[in-house]
Amino acid sequence: MTPKKKSPELFAEWRSGSTVRNLLKTISGEIIAIKRPIRIMEVCGTHTMTLHRAGLKPLLREAGVEMVSGPGCPVCITPDYYHEAIINLVTSQKNILAATFGDMTRVPTARGSLQTTVPFPGSEIKIVYSPEEALELAGKNPGKEVIFFGAGFETTIPAIAHTVKKAAEKKLTNFSLLAALWLIPPAIEAILKSGEVAIDGFIYPGHVSAVIGQKAYTFVAEKFGVPGAIAGFEPADVLLGVLSVSRQIRNGRPEVSNEYRRVVRTDGNPLALTLMAEMLQPFAADWRGLGRIQNSGLKLKPAWKEYDATTRFDLKLKPSRSHISGCRCGDVLKGLIGPLDCPLFARACNPDHPLGPCMVSYEGACLIEYKYSSGEKKK
Amino acid sequence: MKLVSLEMGSGGRLMQEFIKERLLPAFKNRYLQVLHDSALLPAGLALTTDSYTVDPIFFPGGDIGTLCVNGTVNDLVVSGARPEYLSLALIIEEGLEMSSLERILRSVRKTAARNRVQIVTGDTKVVPRGQADRIYINTAGIGHMVGRPQPEKIKPGDKILVTGTVGEHGLAIMLARNSFRLSSRVRSDCAPLVFLLPLWKKGALWMRDITRGGLATVLSELADRISYPLLVEETRIPFSRALKGAVEILGIDPLYLACEGRALLVVKEGDAGRALRALRNNHASGQAAIIGEVQDKIGRKGEALLRTSSGGLRLLEPLTSELLPRIC
Repeated sequence: MTPKKKSPELFAEWRSGSTVRNLLKTISGEIIAIKRPIRIMEVCGTHTMTLHRAGLKPLLREAGVEMVSGPGCPVCITPDYYHEAIINLVTSQKNILAATFGDMTRVPTARGSLQTTVPFPGSEIKIVYSPEEALELAGKNPGKEVIFFGAGFETTIPAIAHTVKKAAEKKLTNFSLLAALWLIPPAIEAILKSGEVAIDGFIYPGHVSAVIGQKAYTFVAEKFGVPGAIAGFEPADVLLGVLSVSRQIRNGRPEVSNEYRRVVRTDGNPLALTLMAEMLQPFAADWRGLGRIQNSGLKLKPAWKEYDATTRFDLKLKPSRSHISGCRCGDVLKGLIGPLDCPLFARACNPDHPLGPCMVSYEGACLIEYKYSSGEKKK
Repeated sequence: MKLVSLEMGSGGRLMQEFIKERLLPAFKNRYLQVLHDSALLPAGLALTTDSYTVDPIFFPGGDIGTLCVNGTVNDLVVSGARPEYLSLALIIEEGLEMSSLERILRSVRKTAARNRVQIVTGDTKVVPRGQADRIYINTAGIGHMVGRPQPEKIKPGDKILVTGTVGEHGLAIMLARNSFRLSSRVRSDCAPLVFLLPLWKKGALWMRDITRGGLATVLSELADRISYPLLVEETRIPFSRALKGAVEILGIDPLYLACEGRALLVVKEGDAGRALRALRNNHASGQAAIIGEVQDKIGRKGEALLRTSSGGLRLLEPLTSELLPRIC
């Protein structure tokens, strides 16, 4: 009997040294033709992770490309007052079960973090790994009010909204959502309008784009004349994105190129978009660092108000004045500074004692820098 | 009020801090301060102890019974000692099924026999329901030194070896808890490392079993201890295919996943080839590999570096907090 032939490894080609070397060489050629180094913002935290985990940042720098991290980490940009509202609730009322993702529990605020919070007797805080798990908690705990503190961009928004729909179908009356749902295109527009950061182009988030589609960024090229490329999350994916942006710069023809065609379509995911439109409506939301941005957040439509934790528990979602002094997460999220430029980085603020969300989240620029990068930091 | 967090026991930086700042000063003596896996005592004796609290107590590839013997045996082996006698202390929650207890004890007996160690003393406590989670086990082990770790002799050119595929134990436990609803063929690598003992006489300068914190944490701690940086090649680190698939889906870095039957070795440059052949000829370490070497050209003192499969360099940091999958 001949041995069963093994299929090639899924991502090997997208990570191989030779693919990466060839791409870097081509990129370097483009930069020579452009005659100056360029700066590209990777909007998404997972791209930041790829760049560091594969050790690509120094290699790109050598080729003349400076990568700047953007606001693409939902844990990082969710304002403190969302956390404070749920901390207030769970410490003051009985029979509350607050469910959220692991990273969210570690975000420090002036009221402490969900992890350090001691809930009111009979109340509790639970970590969930998926929105669906939060919904199951409601089914298993009929005597408790289950509040799902769900944070996410377009990638996770459909799954979070779906829990509310499911709750209605199952007639679960003890489930509600504290929605911390953010939209990427308005944030990009805000960064461009502020003009604070000199950016030659964008790497657009691959999985957000799988939902909203390629056309969602057309305004960046048409209105602002800034190049951009949608990219996947393997090292070669990101480099393909960088290559496309450099070519657009050299040709002087900004567009939205799709370098993640194995996943992203021009029009996105119609099923997810329909669900979002059916259940959610945009509002002017606050982003940590970026401030208030028109139509950049989503909340449940009035028809679903009994599932909306803010109305159900009369939560006050108002900017608080409390701020952790010295933390420059906001400037990091805007791309104004890198983690190394923050005076707290690796000193007062580190993964064991994070002072800001960028050091908490697995997609936070500060934690990623701390975990993966050698060099002029620490000790 | 400062509270003890889970991370203080997770094998990462917080645990190191706790040991160095609280335990060492409190019990200061020359045996303890070496901070190896076992204490090296007079008359060529080595002593070690470990407590086992794994959840679930039965998992693919092993159970708390195999674990509590192999873990302690392995701590002695990597300290240079041949394991001989073990103690066994059981803390049992009232209400544990007798059949489970018997199954665990069978595992203990079989694993001890396989390792040629005897359980020579022990203790049994039962606590009221809810005051422990099913069963915890503590074992201590004692043995005679057959070799000696010599980190001070490690120099550029010496080779870094692993004895097999890494990360399976940590992943098997994670999946067995079923929080992720992902099934996989990954089984714990829980196994004895006694087959490494002869290598102490054949060029091994240092060994460490790769447990909590995974390969990255072990490398980073070794780098802290010696005068030269370390460089390992991602493409040379053995991973099982099943593990590669699962960590891809979960977004977990396998370099931080624990093993319970794998070790990292530093072997003298001239002896490394022979050591590798010896390991590969043993079926328990058939996938052993040389994954890197001690450096004097790349990196700085104290650094453990990884050359990624894409050709970049990145620093390996010790585990800082419990693993969580990505949220977006």
